[in-house]
Formats: sequence, structure tokens, C-alpha cells
Amino acid sequence: MHVELHPRYSDNTEAKRAGELISACVHCGLCLATCPTYLDTGDERDSPRGRIYLLKQLLEEGEAGAVTRTHLDRCLSCRSCETACPSGMQYGKLADIGRGMLNIEAPRGPVERLFRFSLRQTLSRPALVAALLRTGQLFRPLLPPRLKRKIPLRQTPGAMPVSTQPRTMLALSGCVQSAATPLTHAAAARVLDRLGISLKIASEAGCCGAVNYHLGAHSDGLDNMRRNIDAWWPMIEAGAEAIISSATGCGSTLVEYGDLLQHDSVYAAKAKRVSALCRDIADVLVDEDLTLLNIERDIGRVAVHTPCSQQHALKQPDIVNTILRRAGFTLAKTRDDHLCCGSAGTYSILQRSRSERLRQRKLEALQVDNPALIVSANVGCQLHLDEESKIPVKHWIELLDPLTHQGH
Amino acid sequence: MPHPESVLLGLSKLNNILEVDPKARTARLQPGVTNLAISEAAAAHGLYYGPDPSSQIACSIGGNVAENSGGVHCLKYGLTVHNLLCVEMLTVEGERTTLGGGGLDSPGYDLMALVTGSEGLLGIVTEVTVKLLPCPEVARVVMAGFDSVRAAGDAVGAVIAAGIIPAGLEMMDALAIQAAEDFAQAGYPKEAQALLLCELDGTAEEVDQHVEAVTNIFNQHGASSLRVSSDDAERALLWKGRKSAFPAIGRLSADYYCMDGTIPRSQVSHVLEEISKLSAKYQLRCANVFHAGDGNLHPLIMFDSGDPQQLARAERFGADILELSVAVGGCITGEHGVGLEKLNQMPSQFSEAELHQFEDIKHAFDPALTLNPGKGIPILKRCQEYRALPRRHSHD
Ligand SMILES: Cc1cc2nc3c(=O)[nH]c(=O)nc-3n(C[C@H](O)[C@H](O)[C@H](O)COP(=O)(O)OP(=O)(O)OC[C@H]3O[C@@H](n4cnc5c(N)ncnc54)[C@H](O)[C@@H]3O)c2cc1C
Ligand code: SF4
Ligand code: SF4
Repeated sequence: MHVELHPRYSDNTEAKRAGELISACVHCGLCLATCPTYLDTGDERDSPRGRIYLLKQLLEEGEAGAVTRTHLDRCLSCRSCETACPSGMQYGKLADIGRGMLNIEAPRGPVERLFRFSLRQTLSRPALVAALLRTGQLFRPLLPPRLKRKIPLRQTPGAMPVSTQPRTMLALSGCVQSAATPLTHAAAARVLDRLGISLKIASEAGCCGAVNYHLGAHSDGLDNMRRNIDAWWPMIEAGAEAIISSATGCGSTLVEYGDLLQHDSVYAAKAKRVSALCRDIADVLVDEDLTLLNIERDIGRVAVHTPCSQQHALKQPDIVNTILRRAGFTLAKTRDDHLCCGSAGTYSILQRSRSERLRQRKLEALQVDNPALIVSANVGCQLHLDEESKIPVKHWIELLDPLTHQGH
Repeated sequence: MPHPESVLLGLSKLNNILEVDPKARTARLQPGVTNLAISEAAAAHGLYYGPDPSSQIACSIGGNVAENSGGVHCLKYGLTVHNLLCVEMLTVEGERTTLGGGGLDSPGYDLMALVTGSEGLLGIVTEVTVKLLPCPEVARVVMAGFDSVRAAGDAVGAVIAAGIIPAGLEMMDALAIQAAEDFAQAGYPKEAQALLLCELDGTAEEVDQHVEAVTNIFNQHGASSLRVSSDDAERALLWKGRKSAFPAIGRLSADYYCMDGTIPRSQVSHVLEEISKLSAKYQLRCANVFHAGDGNLHPLIMFDSGDPQQLARAERFGADILELSVAVGGCITGEHGVGLEKLNQMPSQFSEAELHQFEDIKHAFDPALTLNPGKGIPILKRCQEYRALPRRHSHD
């Protein structure tokens, strides 16, 4: 599909890139049925193809209004449409550019801007997230049930391994994960320790940049990325063999550093290296012999929720199922695996009712086979599902952690 | 493409499956139910809906009725028209009518067959009752690569001549193989000039026997590679590439013009050779996907709509292919209909008397030419009577 750029954008590199991206779409419509928001509203403008057309209109007419923004805001950035698209449309990249352009072309009102600004500023700062969460957890017993469910119980991470292993890997500690589900990182460190790998954290590293970037605040997002690169660089030079993420939402952003910083003369090469080193924890474990782990396998059927970032961005739709099956767990049948749970970064805050409808659908789809528990690979999905789920929702790595099974 | 002054009726939200009756093997559907959703709902009863257009994940049963859609399985299980029991339709006056009925035949003229494939010109389909088929005990796909399109074409003829009716028999040429494989990663032989996918279904013994016969035939015709699916996941993967072949062409080119002609099976090698000459003449690449079993050819002409010259060349190239289809004894549409696009070729296919008849039918249902104005039936400039029709039915 050809885009005739409006003369206003003739020198705009972002707009040109968007035009090139759109040229991959042949408007066949095969993506519609896999788009959670189109299934929700049945409105073409809430479908991938509809959004591509809205952005094409922006690029060709040189202007766009609140309607375009509304339909783009409703997009989860789940990228289910990319997996479905035979033509190779890179919708996620287009949506990011579109959001950035709309911040300028169709600016929001002051109240909404302030809210989004505070959200970005809070969520991308691990210390602030932790402080708020601790306060919430302190007052949790006094809160009404609806609010109570929103605040996850405080986790006990358990002792970290002390020995130094021959191999080292770096870990992205993440902003929400380090505060809300510290057990995930601790479990990952213990499992890797058993396999002869030490997991290290660079204390100056912080948010991966996804929160800012996906909300259209590109320059703040890129700053987050540069800061992380600076924090990791000495350890990479000292021989760390990989950067491990145990939240696929963050991991899928790390693998894009190289692409997003390609025009930064100072950081381009380093960013590319960081992306090449980045791996999800599942990627490390999939080839290991896990039958040797001293863990409890007889825990009932496990329903695996594969986050969108894992299936559609990292393109590893079956990896957790494979690991758990090989490790000896019994998996529950699930349906509509390709559909988003509605968490989607800040979506659960900014598009609450839509997000809750998607969660309801997802919980039903995960429980068709009466599982004993649900596991996910991303902190956002885990917390979002746990808020409403009647059965426990964990990070899958906890199942492989010997310490968790000793009642810690 | 709707008429610039028309009102668009979108029926995609009428997407409820009203009833699945496993005993009668039928399903009653609102018009916006997607083709794939019917089979998904029927699966719980070990049933499925036969016609499976490649667009099945997205296209609606209402659209299927309007276009009389086929699919890779129509060779054995027929087109939409062969799988319908009853169609409820709103006439242009707003009257609700039911065509067909619960049984295989109903009294009077078979108006349901007339409406099926009428491209929305005669009424608005508001409810459809379809027949469901029992899922076969076993289904397997034989995939074979060939060094030439001619060898693959001959192999197709030999399969049919051997008295085997495959559930599906599809062919792709080198460019189509490349694009489909890039997306589906199904393991298609990328070096092959032509690929055949042949599905055989039935009881286990029957399928084993047919798989062996088809494999032998493919080998005798010089297959350069051969693979037989071992389970349903592999079978689905082999079809995935074929079913995504049209949009996958988007990986090779910014735009493509999908043609849809039907030719006698014996003419396939000749037609494909002519198409490759036309491709050289118009300097545009063309991939070919072919429902080989029933002779429905889909050449996909690649062009860049940003270049007006390429667009014009693509249109002339397409028109030449349609004329070629008619010249070899075929037809200008297999399953995508006429719409606006093929109006110019209608007079090559049909005589004036036939076109006259089409107009009369349209008049009988929709005298003011309100539904899908300007589509399906050409206004013949040389015919006084047609020129006298209201301007509304014309796009210019
Ligand atoms: C990628 C791709 C692959 C395809 N593969 C195949 C294939 O393998 N086989 C095949 O046969 N076709 C194929 N097609 C063509 C198309 O998908 C079918 O013709 C399909 O039946 C159209 O259904 P739809 O719901 O998309 O209808 P639309 O495109 O929305 O409408 C098609 C026509 O039907 C009319 N119509 C729609 N609904 C109704 C109704 N309820 N009542 C009256 N008129 C109505 C419309 O006015 C329009 O003229 C393919 C198309 C694409 C894009
Ligand atoms: S599937 Fe791909 S090519 Fe088809 S409409 Fe969607 S984005 Fe466009
Ligand atoms: S990213 Fe997800 S929500 Fe957005 S258009 Fe694609 S499928 Fe729909």
C-alpha cells in the first residue's frame, strides 16, 4: 500500500519511516480476527487495518484529530496482528511512531497530560514504585476489597545464592517487578546458580524504557535505555555472557535497543551489542536438563499464560510450555492463547473497563481445564490476572525454584 | 469498493451462531459469523463446515453466500451453494423472505441458488443455515516439489485420471512458494519451480491407499521432493503457507493485483507460459496460485501503486489474463466475483442476450437498482436499451 506523504512531512524522518512501514500492508484483513480490541468493539477503526488506515490518513493529510488518537489509545500494542500478518507488517513500530506524532498533531488536554506524565514518572522509577507499594501494603488491611485486590501481598524473596559460579550473566531488575514480585528475580538467581551461573545486577540500571517509549515519550524512553547501557557496559566488558530478563515485557524492549538507538552516533554500536546479549530467562533454561532439579512436580495441572511480548514480540510462543513439560509438570489445556489479558503495560490503568473485559475472557480461557494454578512470564500479566483470579497466579520460574518448594 | 454516494451496510456485528444441531448436522447463523467460527463451533460435535476460503479467519458467511465462495476443499465438498440449506434475505423493499428450507429441495424455483453468488445485487442476506460435515477419520497432505510447472500440471491430471478425488489439490509457482515460505516457515522446497499440495481424507485404509497412489504418481512425474504430513499439526502447517499465499506476496512487492480466472485443467501449462510472456511484456512480476483440482487460477501481479504507470500496466496485464482465460475455454471469475473490476470483461464472456437476462433478473429483485449500484453487470455502451437504464447503475 502506497503512502503519498503530505508536503509538511517531507523532511520528517519518523513520518517517512511510517510510510515505509505501511507499504508492507496489503489490506487483506487477515489480522482482524486476532485483534483483541476489534473482537471487543467490532469497529474497523479498532482493528489493526483500521489503525493503519488512520495513520495513513495522518501522513497524507498532514493532520489528525481526537478520533485517531482514541483508536490508537485503545490499541494494546500486543502485536498479535504481527504474528497473523502474512505480509510482514511491523505494526508495533508503526504504532510507536504514530503515538509520538499524535502527541504533537492532536495534543491531549492538560489534565490528561499531567496524569500520563505522572504515570510515566512514577512507573519508570523503581524506588518510587517500591515506596508507593510498601505504603499500600501497610494500609492494605484497612482498604475496601476492590482496592485491596489491586495491591499485591508482599512477597518474601528468600535467600540469594552466595557462591560465585564460573559463568556470569547480568539481570535486568525491572521497575515494577523488583518492587512487587521480588521472588521472581530471586528464584531465577537460585535456579541459574544450580546450573553454574551467577546472576548479577548493575545497581545504576533501572526501567528498560518501555513505559515512556510506548506512551509516546520517545526521548525520555531513549534516555532510560542509554542509562542502562552505561550501567551495564563495564560488566559486559568484563565478560558477562548475557543480559537476562525475567519479565518478557521488558525483555521485548531490550531486544529493540539496537533498532531504537540506531541513529545515535554515541550509543548505536553499544545498543546493538546489548540487544544481541539480551535473553529471556526461558531462553537460557530451554536447553538445560531440568529433570535434575530437586522440585515438587506433583502440584496439579498448570495453565500457562504466554504474554503477548513473549509470543508476538520475542516470537517464542511455546517456550514456557516446553520447559515445564520437560521438567515434568502436567499442563492444563487452554484456549485463545493468542489473545491479550488486557494488562499491556499501562493499559490496565488508562483503559480500565476494556482491560477488565479482556481479563475476564482470558481467565475463562485459561481455566477451561480446571487448572490448579496459572503461571505467566511477565510481571504485568501476573499481577493483573492475580487481581481477579480465584486460583494462584505465579511466575513460572517459581515452579523450578527449589527454595520456593521448601515453604519459603 | 462502494459507489461514492452509497450508504455502506456493515453486518460484521451480527455475528451470533444461533444454533448448531448435531443431529441434523446443520448450523443457523447470523450473516456476520466468520467462516472459521462455524467450524470452530461445530468441532465440539465432530463436525465442520466444508467451504474454506483462504480468507476464512476474516470473511463472513453472508459474504460467502454473496460470492459463492470456494476454498481448498471445494474440489471434493463443493462451493458455498452446495453447502446451504436455507437463506433468509431482506428484499430491497424491506420484506423478509426465506429461500430454501430444511430439506434438500423445496417447492418452486431454486431461488437460493440464484441468490448465492449474486454479489449483493438481489438482497441482503440476514440469516444462513448451512450443512455441516462429519470430520473425516483421517486426513493427510502429500506435498511435492517439481522442477517445472508443466510436470506439476501433468501430475495433477494424472491424479484426477486415476479416479482419486482429493479433498484439496493446490499448486503454487516459484514466487508464490518463496513468499508463502517466508511467512509460514512450513518447510516448502524453495528451489522448486512448482509445488503441489494434495489432501486425502476418509477412513484410515482409504487414506493410506490414496497416499500411496498419489505418492507414486508424483514420483512418476519427476517430483524433486516429497513429504507426507504425519499429524494434524503438520497438515495445518502445510496449509498455512498456501492459505496465506496472497497477502504473503506483500513481502515481495508493495502491492499486488489478485486475478481470479478459471481454465480447463488441461490448459494450465499453456496458460502459465503465456502469463510469463505477458510478465515480460509488461515488465511486472507475477506469482501464481492455483486451485489445480478445479482449474481456478489466481495470478498475483506485483506492482507499486505509487507509480501510476505500473498501476496502468498491471491493469492491462490483468485484463489480458482474463481474455486469455476466456480464449482457452475458461471463465473470468472463479470465486472472487465480478464487482466493478471485471465489468469490462463481461461482454467477452457473455453474449448480449445473456447480459440482458442478467439485467432482467436484477430488475425483478431490485427495479430501482439500489443494491450495490454499478456492480456485477456492465452497462453496454453499444446497446440502446442498456443506455436507457438509470444513470445510478453506472459509476461514471
Ligand atoms: C486474502 C484473501 C484470500 C481469499 N481467498 C479466497 C478463497 O480461497 N476462496 C474464495 O472463494 N474467495 C476468497 N477470497 C475472496 C473473499 O474472501 C470471499 O469472496 C468472501 O466470501 C468475502 O466475504 P466477506 O465477508 O469478506 O464479504 P465482503 O468483502 O464484505 O463482501 C463481498 C460482497 O458480498 C456482498 N455481501 C456481503 N455480505 C452480504 C450479505 N449479508 N448480504 C448480501 N450481500 C452481502 C457485499 O456487498 C460485497 O459485494 C479471498 C480474499 C482475500 C482477501
Ligand atoms: S494482515 Fe497484514 S497485510 Fe493484511 S490487513 Fe493486516 S496488517 Fe495489512
Ligand atoms: S497491537 Fe494488538 S490491539 Fe493493537 S492493533 Fe495489533 S492486535 Fe490489535
